[in-house]
This record gives sequence, structure tokens and C-alpha cells, in this order.
Amino acid sequence: MTPEQQVQAGWAEEAVREAALHEEEDATCPVGQEHLTKEQQVLQRIEAARQRKPKVKEERITLAHGAGGKATHTLVEALFLEAFRNPLLEALEDQAVLGLGGARIAFTTDSYVVSPIFFPGGDIGDLAVNGTVNDLAMSGARPLYLSCGFILEEGFPVADLERIAASMAAAAQRAGVSIVTGDTKVVQRGKADGCFINTSGVGLLERPVELGAHRCRPGDAIIVSGPIGDHGVTIMLARGELDIESDVESDTAPLHGLVSALLDAVPDGVRAMRDATRGGVATILNEMAKASNVAVILEEDKVPVRPEVNGACEILGIDPLYVACEGRFVTVVAGEAADDALGALRSQPGGEGAAVIGRIKDDPPGLVLLKTGFGGTRIVDMLVGDPLPRIC
Amino acid sequence: MRFVDEFRDAEKARALSARITSLCEPGRQYKFMEVCGGHTHTIYKHGLEDYLPEGVSLVHGPGCPVCVIPMGRLDDAIAIAEQPDVIMTTFGDMMRVPGGRGSFFDSKAAGADIRMVYSPLDSLKIAQQNPDKQVVFMAIGFETTAPSTAMTVLRAKADGLDNFSIFCNHVTIIPAIKAILDSPDLRLDGFLGPGHVSTVIGCRPYEFISAVHRKPLVCAGFEPLDILQSVAMLLEQLHEGRCEVENQYTRVVPWAGNHKALQVINEVMELRPYFEWRGLGFISHSALKVRDEYAAFDAEKIFPVPGVRVADPKACQCGEVLKGVIKPWECKVFGTACTPETPIGTCMVSSEGACAAYYNFGRFTRERVRVAMTQ
Amino acid sequence: MCLGIPGEVVELYPDRRDLAKVDVSGVRRAINIGLLEDEDVQPGDWVLIHVGFALSKIDEEEAAAALAFLEGIGQAYDDELAALADSLIE
Repeated sequence: MTPEQQVQAGWAEEAVREAALHEEEDATCPVGQEHLTKEQQVLQRIEAARQRKPKVKEERITLAHGAGGKATHTLVEALFLEAFRNPLLEALEDQAVLGLGGARIAFTTDSYVVSPIFFPGGDIGDLAVNGTVNDLAMSGARPLYLSCGFILEEGFPVADLERIAASMAAAAQRAGVSIVTGDTKVVQRGKADGCFINTSGVGLLERPVELGAHRCRPGDAIIVSGPIGDHGVTIMLARGELDIESDVESDTAPLHGLVSALLDAVPDGVRAMRDATRGGVATILNEMAKASNVAVILEEDKVPVRPEVNGACEILGIDPLYVACEGRFVTVVAGEAADDALGALRSQPGGEGAAVIGRIKDDPPGLVLLKTGFGGTRIVDMLVGDPLPRIC
Repeated sequence: MRFVDEFRDAEKARALSARITSLCEPGRQYKFMEVCGGHTHTIYKHGLEDYLPEGVSLVHGPGCPVCVIPMGRLDDAIAIAEQPDVIMTTFGDMMRVPGGRGSFFDSKAAGADIRMVYSPLDSLKIAQQNPDKQVVFMAIGFETTAPSTAMTVLRAKADGLDNFSIFCNHVTIIPAIKAILDSPDLRLDGFLGPGHVSTVIGCRPYEFISAVHRKPLVCAGFEPLDILQSVAMLLEQLHEGRCEVENQYTRVVPWAGNHKALQVINEVMELRPYFEWRGLGFISHSALKVRDEYAAFDAEKIFPVPGVRVADPKACQCGEVLKGVIKPWECKVFGTACTPETPIGTCMVSSEGACAAYYNFGRFTRERVRVAMTQ
Repeated sequence: MCLGIPGEVVELYPDRRDLAKVDVSGVRRAINIGLLEDEDVQPGDWVLIHVGFALSKIDEEEAAAALAFLEGIGQAYDDELAALADSLIE
């Protein structure tokens, strides 16, 4: 094929022009750059670019915006935060902690669009309850009440809905919460793939804890409550498109029990907790590194991953650090509290696989570094793109 | 995992590292090109550079089949995907590669039916399940992947499918290596040969590299120890004044290659007179197309394809990165205009691209990090 | 795209001689072994899997030999190992 014409990619020229403009702005204050090697100067320039205010460049929403990684963060910060800006929202934690008539309340919401709806280890109903319970628990609050809103597609089998409701009831009981209000909408066939659920939840923050991703300090230990990636891999395999069989099951579970045990054991030693859903452990650690302006140093050998999850990830070329869980959380605790924290988690059902996976250092700030099993070093960036759509 | 974990053993790595260091002449700089994108990925993912002495540097080569696809060709694929009743199927890597006006990902957001598959066989299954649609498989890859595509076409024929075709962008490795050798910009001391391509073509095709161009080549596996051992073998050759093709990846690569695989490629495909490679320009006899006998499975014959050439953005230096002339961070738009989220060029998009590997895994200052990584 | 994973053949399909089920760390998938038709693939064999196809049979003897060789290098460089490890860790 010998093409006659030749055209330019306008979008690319535009992107380069824009970046050059920004660089001029950044370059107006280069302090002591001379001693850095060329590579170090480039790295610094890139850091400056990354610090810049996020902007949504796309014209249309893509699946990446729902993946929990960079695109999601950009969308939330540049679009939603811009529109709704207030101090409570700016914390951008998994939940908002409010003062209401003297009490401290945790308030959260989550929507569930998982496909397929039923999968090994649970269903959308389990996720809908556990996911919201967990977001509340991450603040140290006692989850109490949930709402649930259904968006159902015309033609969705009532028997399936009954099954989902039963799952939700059982999960709510296990988690000690009540579903106290709700809503149901039905849309035409084709407008809502089966069943979408939104749950919002409130919990009471009775403990005097102040947790947040910005509270991590050098010397802190990073603990994960169990093996990672089970849920994401289960969903991927359950879709059936990949023709892969395995015994992996979703890890969906309520975490408030584990959290209670942790906070009982080390009431002053916990800095932050986040449950590892979309974007995986890697994304949470990046959020913490950025919010606290610290370095996260992970050890690959210490991160618990089931062999089957590892196998599936190797086949598909994805990294378990980015794969969603639905019943695991990451906590950063004071260094001296690590042993007690670990002991507390391991003594609880669901926490047997808890492990210390890394430490917080002060430099280089904002970066997550991994010591590979092989002994080398690499960084673990925030997720880009969307390897596994509609995981939760 | 067997045959994987053993080749990631840190103890043996340290031993190999010591051997590599001892084989280096003091003060001499060694530059080896690792041709294959898979090697680039492993090197960064496992932090292999920590095990190489200052004098040894690994240069990334053009062995990334996603990276070498020019923008115009992707536009052609998108044009096919946007035809009514077409389901375009592709490997995950291709989803975010930017063409002249966007990527598969963007097209999908705008409504085109584009699906990620792990294997061309998955694509075949989709064709079987959707008889009223035309299913097209975006076939990319070197000789590693071409046999799988060819087998799938044969399977489609055997099953009597009339709604399956491939958009063939398979390329061959030897012309790419030749382009590197003929390039005046580069001074290389040797090559790490593409291990998986070699399972198909064997090791003999590389003999001209040592015989004519006087550069040693070691066919290397993809685990960290494979790469370190291959570097050691190259240094041994240089140390001993040898110059030949050696096979490090003996557990997988047969010297004669896979006869059946070559046969199958030849049955379904033939060489194009020339093909444009991003950054390397037009190279003759470097890519495959579907033979006339299998025209029913050739998307280029079934669908109208614009065939318009899109010039690489002026600022894009993918070509130089692919030839190993510059390192990723030396590209002027690296990390600023061009990031994995907003890629300008292919090297930043593909999981095997040098820029993506460096940005995602290697973007840190070694000295500063050394302090952080130790107590 | 050079992603190739070793997997163990666990089952053959009597009615489809070009397919086999492989196991990778407990995860199983049917793959096409048509490219190895001259090799008589049997359960227990290990193959290199690439995009759903077996490209090559893994030669277990060669693998063992490779590891033994690397083991040998390790012993020979014991002292330099320690010295190098020190300088790396700094």
C-alpha cells in the first residue's frame, strides 16, 4: 500500500504544545538544577508535571474512568471536586466523617455494577453490603444502617432478584447492620445490564481515632489483611470469555470485626486504613504516598498472593498488586505497633493471612517502590487504563 | 511456579552479577541490545539493572510489535472497527495505542464494538457465537505470534466460518535487526536475541549477525536469571575473542526452530514487498500478509481501508527509542506530553514498550532510592 | 506480545487431538497444541504457552542443567558474592 496523502495527528501536536507551555511555567523556578544529571533533571520535570492540577482531557467517558486508577482520580478531582468543593469532600477518603448533633458519623456510598452478577464466593448483593460496610469500617466507625437503591433492567428474572436480596439480608446480618431504606427503579431492556445497586451507609464513630491517608509517617509499617487479588481474578474468570478454570473465589467479606480487633489492640497506633477495591493495593499505596508525601517501600516477597491468583495473572500479564479485592484492607500502623497489629488481625477469622508488606520512609516522597523478589528495585505507579472492567 | 521461580532466584543472581563484573574490562563500556520487548519488560519489572555493573548497559531494541505499528495502520484498523456489524477483537495492548484521531479505547467509548481477547481462538469463538456479525482479529506480533494467527485461520476454514477475518500486521524480526545493524548511529557490542521468536525461527537466522557484522548474539530467555546469564555469555565471548550465535534458552528454544509453525505461517501468509515501521521507515520484506488463497479471511480484502499515512508527531522520538539511539527519558516529551495516561507514541503504551517500562517501573533516581531500600 | 508462560499438560481431548488442558499454578485452560503435533505431547509434559497456543515443549533436562550450571557459578564465587552483596546493599 503506497498511500498518496499524508496527514498529521492534530491531537498529538496540540498535546505537545500544551505540555511545552506548562514546562515554561515550571521552568521559571529551577532551584539548584546544575548538580543533577540529565536523567535526574528529566525525572524532576516529570514530577512537576505530575503535581500539576488534574484536568480531564477526554471528551467522552471511557472504561478507564471507572477503573479506580489515574483516570478515576483525575475525574473525581478535576470534575466532581471542582463542582462540589467543600472541606469534607476534599479529604477524599473512602467515607466522610461528619459531626452531627455531638456525635461523629461516618457516611459513605458505593454503586455496584459487577458483571457477572453471580460468581464463585458471592454475588452483587454480598458486594453491595460488604463494600459499604467496609468503607464505613475504614474510618474506625461501627457500621449501623444501610440504604439500597436498585436500578433493574426490564426482563431481569425475579428469581435472581430474590437471590440477591437473600444474599444482602445474610450479609447485613453477618455485618450487624440493618437495611433501613431503599428505592427501586426499572429501565427499559438494554439500558442497564441486569441489575445495578447503590448502597449508602452510616456508622457511628465512637472511638476517638483520627485516621487518614495523610497521616503516614516515616517508620510506619504497612500491613495487608490477607492474600490479594482473589476477587478481581474470580470475576475475570467467571466472565467465561477466557475459558480458564480455577478454584479461586471472591474474597468478599465484612471487615468491621478485623478493624475492631485492630483498634482494640493498638488504639493509638493506626494511621490509616483503606480497603483494596478497584485499582488494588498498588492504588491505595500510591494514594497514601501522595497524601502523606512519603515514600512507600514494598517487599514483593512479603505480599501474600494465592498461587492460583498468581497463575491467572501471569497468563494474562497483569500484576496482582492492581487487582481488586473485596474483603481485604491495607493499614498503616506505627512501626512499634506492627507486631501487636499483626497479632490482632491474625487472631480473627478472615485475618489469618495478614502480613507486613512494607514500610514508610521519608524519601523519595510520593513514590511507591518495590523491592522485587529478585532483589532489584522498581516503582509501582498508580493504575493506568482498565485491565478488568466492571469488577465491583 | 515451576520453570519460573527457579529462574528468579536472588542468590544465583548475585553470583551471576559477580561473574559479569569480573568479565568486564576495566574502563570499558559495553552496550548490548536486547531486541525483544519482553526482555525490556522483565529488566524493568524485576529491577535487573541493579545487578549490572556500571560498564554494562542494555539498550532497548525494536522488538515490540505494538510499538512499530504506524499510526496510519491503526487508523485503518479503527476504520474497520467502525463499520456496521463488525466486532473488532484485539490483544489488550492495542487498546490504547493512539492513531491519527484516537485509539481503540476512544472508538469503543464512541460506540464501536471492540473487544479484548487473550488468544485469536477467543476471537474465533466470538465469530461462532455471532453469526450475523463480522468478527475481525487485529493480528499483531512477530514470528512468535504469527503461527497462532495462521492456525486460527486454518481452523476457521476447517469449521467453515464465513464471518471471521484477520487484519494482518505481523512483522518479522530479522529485517528489524538488519535495520539496526545498518544504522550508523549505534555502536553495539552484542545482542540478546529474542527468545520466543526463536522458538519458531530457531537460531540459524541470526548467524549473519556474527558472521558478517561481527557481533555476538545470545538467544535469551525471559526470566531475570536468563537475561543475566545471557549477558555473562556475551561478555565471555568478547573476553575470549569469540563471535558466534549461542542459545541460552535451551530449555525452550530448539536450534532448528519449530518446523510445523513455519509451515503453517507459510501456508496462510506471505511476505509483503514492503511495510512501514514506526520510527524505522519502510522496510522491504519485513511483514506478512494473507495469501490470496485465504482472501476470505483477509480483512484488508473484505473491508474498505483508508490506507492514509499519518506522519509521526514532530516531537515524537519513538523511532530513536526503538533503535536504541536514545533512552526513554532522553525523549523530549517523555513524562510531560507523553505519559501512559496520555501517550503520544507507541513506546509509552505497549506493556513491552521501553518508555512504558521505564515510566512505570524505572522512573527513579538510583542513588536516592538505594538509601530508601536499605535500612 | 512475547508473553510465554510454562504450563503443565494435565489432560488430552480424545476427540480433539489439537487441544490439551494445561495447568498454570492451579489455573487451567484448554490450549491448542497443533504446533507441536510432531512431538507427542502427553499429560505431565510442560509446554510454553503463548496466546492460547503451545509453542514449544519444555526440555526438563535442559532446564535442570541450566539451573545446575547457575548453582555451580554460585559456589565458585562465594567470596566475591559476599563482597559484592555488601557493596550492593550500601
